[in-house]
Amino acid sequence: MKAKVSVSLKRGILDPQGQAVLHALSSLGYAAVKDVRVGKLIELELARNDRAGAEAEVKAMCERLLANTIIEEYRIELME
Amino acid sequence: MSNPTIRVGVLVFPGSNCDRDCHEAVTEVLGARADFIWHKDPTLPPLDAVIIPGGFSYGDYLRTGAIARFSPVMAAVTRFAESGGLVLGICNGFQILLEAGLLPGAMLRNRSLSFICKDIHVRIENTASPFTSRCRPGQVLTLPIAHGEGNYYADPATLSTLKAKNQIVFRYCTKDGAVTPEANPNGSLDNIGGIANETGNVLGMMPHPERCADALLGNEDGRLILLSLLDAVKSRKPALATT
Repeated sequence: MKAKVSVSLKRGILDPQGQAVLHALSSLGYAAVKDVRVGKLIELELARNDRAGAEAEVKAMCERLLANTIIEEYRIELME
Repeated sequence: MSNPTIRVGVLVFPGSNCDRDCHEAVTEVLGARADFIWHKDPTLPPLDAVIIPGGFSYGDYLRTGAIARFSPVMAAVTRFAESGGLVLGICNGFQILLEAGLLPGAMLRNRSLSFICKDIHVRIENTASPFTSRCRPGQVLTLPIAHGEGNYYADPATLSTLKAKNQIVFRYCTKDGAVTPEANPNGSLDNIGGIANETGNVLGMMPHPERCADALLGNEDGRLILLSLLDAVKSRKPALATT
């Protein structure tokens, strides 16, 4: 199965990249954009098919390496 | 200066680029022995101090220091630090110490999003540290920085602990020692340029003392950090105090 992990800075932590993109979008005239957060997407291919086990394992990966939970939050999406 | 019985390890990761500068500073400025320690070494030789140098370990992939902190040598460095060994992390070395949890907090990208390479000023906030004992309280040093991710962050509880336990060692300041937002090059919380762990034996700093420890380079302010480290090693090995 596959896992998609998205990692972004926590709310409340200034994201200078997001701010730069926000300013660029507003200078292009996209006035509806209120905020931008830039994060990263990590795709994992797992040699296992049990959903619960895979989720627990990817969560452990996030906590140990993929995200720095002092400054980042993560979301896991599993696909068969 | 000749201190051949003092032995300092300089870690080398793929992508380290200040390892030779640190080696040179230890051998030429302190007259001590410097050993390169490869990141795959699971143990350390008998050492008096460890320097984790600057650079771009593992290409800064994922996050600065995030992959280096799992190198075999870092388990040995953690044991060394936990047993009271002196560990100095400079720039990427500071980032690695944060990721390894040997120092609290984390690094964000510079507020400006730019890589900043220039001389800055830091005020010495703590002279009880083994790395700043040669400085006067409040002394202003001019040191070079060269980083893209030096924007120090810690949550409010961690920041108050850092303050309460006197763990903030350097703050970015003006040349006259005023800690102002304008003097903050990268957006660091509270103008923090360097912190120590609670026991003081582990120090992380973004500026590069090894790049300004020789008159030939036009600035010797970095010598104070290196000489403080030497004093600390000597005081731990009283038999060497006269060498």
